[in-house]
Amino acid sequence: MKRILVGIKRVVDYNVRIRVKPDNTGVITDGVKMSVNPFDEIALEEALRIKERGGAEEVVVATVGPADTQAQLRTALAMGADRALHVQADGIIEPLTAARTLLKLVEKEQPFLVILGKQAIDDDNGQTGQVLAALWNRPQATYASKIELTDTTARVTREVDAGLETIEVDLPAVITTDLRLNEPRYVKLPDIMKAKKKPLETLQLAALGIEPRQQLKLARFEPPPQRQKGIRVKDAAELVEALKKKGLL
Amino acid sequence: MSAKILIVAEHDGKKLNVSTAKCVTAARSLAGAEITVAVLAADCAAVAAQAAQLAGVGKVVTVDNPANEHALAAVYAPQVVALAAPYTHLFGPSTTFGKDLMPRVAGLLGAPQISDIMALESPTRFKRPIFAGNAILTVESSPEAKLVGTIRAASFEAAGTGGTAPIEKANVSVELPKHTRWISVSAAKSDRPDLQTAARVISGGRALGSADGFKILYSLADKIGAAVGASRAAVDAGYAPNEMQVGQTGKIIAPELYMAVGISGAIQHLTGIKDARTIVAINKDGEAPIFEVADFGLVGDLFQVIPEIERLLAKG
Ligand SMILES: Cc1cc2nc3c(=O)[nH]c(=O)nc-3n(C[C@H](O)[C@H](O)[C@H](O)COP(=O)(O)OP(=O)(O)OC[C@H]3O[C@@H](n4cnc5c(N)ncnc54)[C@H](O)[C@@H]3O)c2cc1C
Ligand SMILES: Nc1ncnc2c1ncn2[C@@H]1O[C@H](COP(=O)(O)O)[C@@H](O)[C@H]1O
Repeated sequence: MKRILVGIKRVVDYNVRIRVKPDNTGVITDGVKMSVNPFDEIALEEALRIKERGGAEEVVVATVGPADTQAQLRTALAMGADRALHVQADGIIEPLTAARTLLKLVEKEQPFLVILGKQAIDDDNGQTGQVLAALWNRPQATYASKIELTDTTARVTREVDAGLETIEVDLPAVITTDLRLNEPRYVKLPDIMKAKKKPLETLQLAALGIEPRQQLKLARFEPPPQRQKGIRVKDAAELVEALKKKGLL
Repeated sequence: MSAKILIVAEHDGKKLNVSTAKCVTAARSLAGAEITVAVLAADCAAVAAQAAQLAGVGKVVTVDNPANEHALAAVYAPQVVALAAPYTHLFGPSTTFGKDLMPRVAGLLGAPQISDIMALESPTRFKRPIFAGNAILTVESSPEAKLVGTIRAASFEAAGTGGTAPIEKANVSVELPKHTRWISVSAAKSDRPDLQTAARVISGGRALGSADGFKILYSLADKIGAAVGASRAAVDAGYAPNEMQVGQTGKIIAPELYMAVGISGAIQHLTGIKDARTIVAINKDGEAPIFEVADFGLVGDLFQVIPEIERLLAKG
């Protein structure tokens, strides 16, 4: 079966203004809205479009995380994914562990394409896709803003600092999404009902042979330094004057 | 533990990218660090010579290979791994080049990576922004493991020149994958300064209304020698090309002067300009969040204010 695997990470919603815990041990997540990582929504949307064009037969979404993450998998199923895999794991999942786990799912599901987000907007690591591609010994095409598939290759336009770069990779491959790849669809109420009946399989990390090794210690969380309060100028003349005085113009 | 650091150079085949000089400065903040720069290219000579001049660099190693003409992460990574053995730290810049490559290196090594390092407090203690810069995390690595990292360029000045490091050809014989092929790159050519290194940047938002609307910014920018940037909303609407985007998912910049014109100041945008020395906001909505971070705020219609500033400057 021609299958696409999509990684889904549960993150603090991008509209939430996060705050650091007073004891500096983390950020406050109690009562905070959680969502599918926006880049993963884009990844799923792309997979669904490929399937709708006849380029794939099945879209499988997967997450590695605590029981709560099933809510985001249900959202993904409501968006249109066919099945979901939840690898139960508590605590901090470093990119290497996430990638090792996703590799086990790749071996099990044999997708021709894995699409992940370019970064999770909580840890902002931006590593998992590249690490997975390395472990799998397959190509990576990061920061995709356009994907054109043939039976054996993907031609991917990438958003790089210089502009837009195009590379061609053999399949199977890992692609990570940038914002302009597509605009994800909205989930409609009947789809949420339907999603409740779609298959969601729970797996255990240990059963997959993964030991969640934490190699980095998250020692301290701090709020960023605040900028000093500025001043209002009344018009262009006053602005130009002020900037000239500071030697900026 | 004294650090032995390998920095993977970013370049275009002829010129060393300034991001490499910033990585050198970052590495130098670890006292006693031995710093080596690795140049991978089809022909390394020109770039290696520039790297050898960076103050603080102890050695430059080169890997010439026609396969290295374009920086494909899948092709570079096994070569970087082949060089990695003597080093405690492997660093690359937090540009799309380094962000693509270094995690692949980390994956091949099974090593941990710390992304977007903004401060190095010791060989095993680092600071980095998370949640789009809304929190700063101190991360500790173990001295036993090799550490891979990307260096947040906006947090460091470029290292100066004056160095005379020896250049050594490295013997790298690893099989390189053929599954990834470079096709092309399209970049909007412009004579304006580079967004990532410009001392002055003027950025426009959705309020500019069209690609044509941006012309008033280009005109002012050319007058003051500024680079032009854009918010994501402006890029998404097609008013500006994607390489102009500033923010969490665009470029992170640290100019002396940043002018945000018709930009509301969403957190994802502010992430990109936190290190700007002076921020100017021009917005017709006095409540726009951009004013919370602006050193100078002007409430007004940009289509009047910007031409007015240009006229005032023309007068001298
Ligand atoms: C995962 C994710 C990543 C993102 N990454 C980025 C990023 O890297 N960079 C980024 O910029 N955004 C990013 N965004 C988008 C961000 O959330 C905002 O939507 C975006 O920055 C808004 O752009 P804007 O300020 O131009 O538009 P708007 O928010 O629409 O603001 C337009 C502003 O122009 C003002 N205005 C209108 N007319 C005039 C006039 N005539 N004169 C003066 N002022 C006027 C208005 O008062 C308003 O404040 C990201 C979003 C997500 C979800
Ligand atoms: N625990 C996880 N479960 C599923 N997918 C993940 C997980 N962590 C990361 N990913 C995927 O990898 C991408 C990049 O994450 P990161 O490397 O953490 O920035 C995310 O957008 C997801 O697609």
